[in-house]
Amino acid sequence: MIEARTLTARFGATTVVDAVSFSVAAGEAFGIVGESGSGKSTLLRVIAGLHEAWSGALLLEGAPQGRRRSHRGRVQMVFQDPYGSLHPRHTVDRALAEPLAIHHVGDAPGRIAAALHAVGLDAAHRFRYPHQLSGGQRQRVAIARALILEPALLLLDEPTAALDVSVQAEIIALLQRLRRERQLSYVLVSHNLAVVAQLCERVAVMREGRFIEELAVGDLRAGSAHDPYTLELLRASAGFRRAARRV
Amino acid sequence: MSRAAWAGQGWRAWLGSAAPNSRRQARLGEIYRFSRALMRHPLAAAGLAIVLLLVLIAALAPLLAPHAPSAQHLADRLRGPGAQHWLGTDELGRDILSRLLFGTRITLGIVALVTAIAAPIGLAIGCMAGYAGGWVDAALMRVTDVFLALPRLILALAFVAALGPGIENAVLAIALVAWPPYARIARAETLALRRSDFIAAALLAGASPGRIVARHIMPLCLASVIVRVSLDMAGVILIAAGLGFLGLGAQPPAPEWGAMIAAGRKYMLDQWWVAAMPGIAIAVVSLGFNLLGDGLRDVLDPKQR
Amino acid sequence: MTAPLLEVSDLVLRFGDTEAVRGVSFAMGRERLGIVGESGSGKSLTGRAILRLLPSGATLQATRLAFAGADLLAATEREMRALRGRRMALVLQDPRFSLNPLMSVGRQIAEAYRAHGRASMREARAQALAMLEAVRIREPQRVHDLYPHQISGGMGQRVMIAMMLAGDPDLLIADEPTSALDVTVRVQVLAVLDEQASRRDMGLILISHDLDLVASFCDRVLVMERGRIVESCAAAALDQAQHPYTRRLLASRPLLAAS
Repeated sequence: MIEARTLTARFGATTVVDAVSFSVAAGEAFGIVGESGSGKSTLLRVIAGLHEAWSGALLLEGAPQGRRRSHRGRVQMVFQDPYGSLHPRHTVDRALAEPLAIHHVGDAPGRIAAALHAVGLDAAHRFRYPHQLSGGQRQRVAIARALILEPALLLLDEPTAALDVSVQAEIIALLQRLRRERQLSYVLVSHNLAVVAQLCERVAVMREGRFIEELAVGDLRAGSAHDPYTLELLRASAGFRRAARRV
Repeated sequence: MSRAAWAGQGWRAWLGSAAPNSRRQARLGEIYRFSRALMRHPLAAAGLAIVLLLVLIAALAPLLAPHAPSAQHLADRLRGPGAQHWLGTDELGRDILSRLLFGTRITLGIVALVTAIAAPIGLAIGCMAGYAGGWVDAALMRVTDVFLALPRLILALAFVAALGPGIENAVLAIALVAWPPYARIARAETLALRRSDFIAAALLAGASPGRIVARHIMPLCLASVIVRVSLDMAGVILIAAGLGFLGLGAQPPAPEWGAMIAAGRKYMLDQWWVAAMPGIAIAVVSLGFNLLGDGLRDVLDPKQR
Repeated sequence: MTAPLLEVSDLVLRFGDTEAVRGVSFAMGRERLGIVGESGSGKSLTGRAILRLLPSGATLQATRLAFAGADLLAATEREMRALRGRRMALVLQDPRFSLNPLMSVGRQIAEAYRAHGRASMREARAQALAMLEAVRIREPQRVHDLYPHQISGGMGQRVMIAMMLAGDPDLLIADEPTSALDVTVRVQVLAVLDEQASRRDMGLILISHDLDLVASFCDRVLVMERGRIVESCAAAALDQAQHPYTRRLLASRPLLAAS
């Protein structure tokens, strides 16, 4: 599905992604874990075709990608902030109809209803505006929008970071189900190891623009990593241990 | 409950429904919510009332005016406010009240035409410049800067002098000096919106730049531009009055308020009403637009939603 | 028997017609109390209500709201100001927004000392440097003169803690103090809070949406849902909690260890 070789991306003069190489097979879920400033979001945007200052080789479904892309809907993205990823003045219906209209896909009302149903929303939500929906509902709409053109690859940029814990669990379950049902490939970027472990099969740890380590999720859960930074992340994710109480 | 009351209840419930069934219902619901929010500001409501009054008067002027605006009663010239002529008469014996009422048509006409010309131009130029960036942005903004660098009344004067006096040319001249601030505002909003995730999502769906600017960015810039337009109205009215005052706008005997002030200048000390009445009218209408603009800004400000 | 450090009885917060906090009651001594809840649970508002720092439009009602025996409900604004920063302090979530961007970090800490009339400029500066060291910032001399935008998030939070501890408060309320930080930095900041809380024998209220964090850091936990306390138990006993909402929160945590 994805083949990346020595991808390097810049923001002005700073190199944000530094010679990253990896591959993702069709139907696989690949996670990228890193802290802020690691370059993981920029890497995702390069794959999506939203960031143009990159060099290296990127192949999607075998086809080499250039700097400028024509977006045909094979690659879609779900963004972090549910409050920013929907146009504030478009109803849910309008947001979902737009990709269909651009690509002249027929039976829009039917497809919109089906997409809403697939993400657990119903007709009552269809003509609402984003400010009338909760964070979890907006994120579901964003997922529905991403899937309405039936993409092969779904890029997820911290999809649950801005959500409440209970809603987070629902969205993770939804993403797991959709992947199973539609044989999608995922690339998930997150700073939360637990979320990545739940959704992905393989994980890459990113730091300061480079892939430090790649490991299978089983190894991640067992804590058998090699790089000290990965071990530090695992330790920190395990939570805080209190210093012994002074009596 | 009486049938009328139930019908009213149903209509309000339909508009306020949390689960609309169609795009039209959703959009009308938004407009309804917006109007209610606006009505909660007493000053904004007052401004809206003044503007609506202006529109009403302009529409019904022939029915409301006691005399024809150009009818001269030379025997009654320069009479003060009284029973026959509520606001007095001018130097040709014409009823000032009637002239003011008919003058609302000219004022409203100027305001409407200027807005219709300047706002879309400013919006389009600003959004295109902001979204395209690069040399397109630079070029468009330098053109805007040139227009902004010169004082508006002087520039309008220059245009009218070149085009010739007359109300159509005045409108054109004012529109030509009114668009630059709207372009600046639209560009600023566009620059902020360009980086949004929903624009990225639209790009991923395959939307062309034209589609993104027209359907995604412009509607969001509209709010700021509308507020600015309302607040500018006072300025537009004053420039029109200024041009009229100088004899470059509406030509006599048209009851344009600025021209009326100019004519009344000679009699200001003894027959103050000839100049003062149109002046008060201009002040009240400008105030109305300002209040409305302030109210709109409060309601449309996304941070307060 | 001495009065508990903080007593809250039947706290109700209203915004117009809606009640954001509905009858919250608890008492605490010099211990660590955690308040957990999702967005809309009223946990942050409860923390602020104790300091009587409420947004406009909010009305506060309570049967009793007392700090070290002193009635907070009847206190005037002036009396509250004397308490805030001096005996009760608040650490907020994001140092980018809670630190003054125009003043150097050291000056802000020094200002906190001087605001409560405790020191001259020279003494305050010395204290500020000492506090920076106490919150485990290396090179305190250098960091003292930096501005908030020049320091990292983790350092900013530690500066915030230093500022808030300047008055040597008896009660520290921390509202999501580590939510905006990276995982590895989080642990460092928590260690600082842990050390300071132990050393100064303060009462600490930790407000968070992170159940694991609160359970590991605090002695007791209160779980809030939609303005009410639904569970109150010792942190160690959280796994055996009975209330369905708590069980749901416990169940929805994504776990890293093999399931």
